[in-house]
Amino acid sequence: MNGAAIALEALAREGVSVIFGYPGAAIAPFYEELSKRDDIRHILVRNEQNAGHAASGYARASGKAGVCCTTSGPGATNLITALATAYMDSIALVAITGQVPTDILGHDAFQEADITGACESFTKYSYLCKDINELPRIIKEAFHIAQTGRPGPVLIDLPIDVQLAEAEPVFPQSVDITGYKPRTKGHPVQIKKAITAISEAEKPVICTGGGVVSAQARKELTALAEQLSIPVVSTLMGVGTMSIDHPLYMGMLGTHGCPAAKKVVSQADLLILCGARVGDRTIAGRGQIKSDAKIIHIDIDPVEIGKNMSAHIPIVGDIRLILRALLAESEPCSHTDWIEQTAQWKKDSLAEEQEYADHVNPRRFIRLLSQKVGKNKKAILTADVGQNQIWAANSFNFEGGRFLTSGGMGTMGYSIPAAMGAKLAKPSREVIAVCGDGSFQMMLPELATIMQHGIAIKIIVMKNGRLGMIRELQETSFGHTTDCMELGSLPDISKLAEAYGIKTCKVKSDADSNEALDLMLKSRSLFIIICSVDENENSILAPVSEDK
Amino acid sequence: MKYTLAILVENHAGVLSKVAALFSRRGFNIDSLSVGVTEDTKLSRMTVVVDCDKNTIEQVEKQLNKLIDTVKVKVLPEGGYLARELTLVKISCPVKQRAEMMKTAELMNAHIIDVTATTVTLEFTDTSERTEIFLTMLRPFGIRELVRTGVSAIEKGVQTARKE
Repeated sequence: MNGAAIALEALAREGVSVIFGYPGAAIAPFYEELSKRDDIRHILVRNEQNAGHAASGYARASGKAGVCCTTSGPGATNLITALATAYMDSIALVAITGQVPTDILGHDAFQEADITGACESFTKYSYLCKDINELPRIIKEAFHIAQTGRPGPVLIDLPIDVQLAEAEPVFPQSVDITGYKPRTKGHPVQIKKAITAISEAEKPVICTGGGVVSAQARKELTALAEQLSIPVVSTLMGVGTMSIDHPLYMGMLGTHGCPAAKKVVSQADLLILCGARVGDRTIAGRGQIKSDAKIIHIDIDPVEIGKNMSAHIPIVGDIRLILRALLAESEPCSHTDWIEQTAQWKKDSLAEEQEYADHVNPRRFIRLLSQKVGKNKKAILTADVGQNQIWAANSFNFEGGRFLTSGGMGTMGYSIPAAMGAKLAKPSREVIAVCGDGSFQMMLPELATIMQHGIAIKIIVMKNGRLGMIRELQETSFGHTTDCMELGSLPDISKLAEAYGIKTCKVKSDADSNEALDLMLKSRSLFIIICSVDENENSILAPVSEDK
Repeated sequence: MKYTLAILVENHAGVLSKVAALFSRRGFNIDSLSVGVTEDTKLSRMTVVVDCDKNTIEQVEKQLNKLIDTVKVKVLPEGGYLARELTLVKISCPVKQRAEMMKTAELMNAHIIDVTATTVTLEFTDTSERTEIFLTMLRPFGIRELVRTGVSAIEKGVQTARKE
């Protein structure tokens, strides 16, 4: 077997059935072998970055590593943003890049880029495979590293001469990496301490983050909150852990979060961080919580504990196992006054969304979308970056469904490729991408990919003719500059879509939304809704007033 | 405060750059770094001296542990380890000053490893503090070239970094 065939066999042994990629000279032998395999489908994207994002969507929806491949040089460097995005959000990816032959590595050959060097700080681990005999082990290890512990992207750089070399492969059955043994079970002493702290607290709050979602511990977290009657707030990455309508759920935390969530956290005497790294956009500093509040921090990655906020009770391990231990060992309790108080804050911050006559109220529209897909409770919603993301995160009711967005990196152009990947992982689920007209134009070429491969996702474009969140930021925090944020010469999205053979529907006011959504949800192929949003619509919600 | 770290890593290509990149990316300041193979040829050992506060050293330790190629990280206990560094120094030393230079070398337990009509090259191994004293004594001669390896450190007594 040659190296390319060995690589593909190793991928198949890891259960890979879809690869998102873009071919090129240095990865040609790999593609030659890929075309011979019936068990692995290739999705040709239109830009390498989107191969990475699609693999990310696939990984998040399927719970196993997504795979993408590109050629060397520009193919590989185009992938960097996607790797960085996956790294920040702890998404399991295995990326394979072609590379120039080993004997001219370092000679600045045609399409040579030191991609392992360039991606050092954006990957959980990387390999430059110079020996065909190491290839089966490297691929086995790559999947192990990507998928275990705190997940992350792993890069394998594969020179073309290694792809062409011949060897009798020995595929290892197991992995043994001396320096990599992620801890799974939480320390029993720490769990006992946490239970004591919870029982002593009067105003506890749980903050759920992306770690809870990736550990598939959403049920456990909800059960714990219910058993101990503790209100829950979420980070952007944790959105979807609980239904918006759950009485204990207070909403998303952070600069663009729900005012009730901020209020609850600011008044709590015990903050239980679950798989949340306390990023600067979530809790800007210790000043946002009470100075004497105790902190329990549960995370699989010990680095996160104490990085942004010091914790009184750190618990390192698999969140699902830790939450189960907490559930098993703690007694039910009720914080009646606190729960009543927090419920009131939630009620106060949930304003009735007005119906707009000449525009679409994006929050109302997302709420309606959420009700419409309600029957299909496991719907997957992807959101881009900007106001559309905030409207989606704050207004969609995820009942067992998933919310996929670029949280840490805030990478525009994520939603559509991620939705493609998610749909391929879960074809029976409704997958909807929400984006703005700025982000839509960034990933426009992927409409062809979606049509070519018959991927039936739905897209909602919040069209306001400008980069809305940046306009909002410039206005609220700097001056009033909006000149450079206007998307002039905005194309007619319907006509563009028509060129691709895609059906669309324009929604000019809230009155039109009902019909449009029904049309979209009935469609069995790619369908785009274009919502006209007021150019001055904001995404930051007013805080809960101080006297309440 | 200065902390001395013993880091055992897999002995293969690219590991040094991963460790060095981590320090620069996270904004940790390295005072010195030395590296070499260990009694187990599959492992290299780095001794890194970091100048930072207590919270930062905790992060340094955790971040290093997180690297896949890291086998063991230990912040060596204050007063519980022996640290040495090797210094090679070429000084200006005409024949008439040799006797004085030799006295200095003898006093500090340095070795003369090369001599010319105008220069002398000395080898000196000791703690960083003693090295500073040594260099102060040599400065009047005129230091032409100075090479320091950075600190290598090992624990006192029967303790080893690998097994506890």
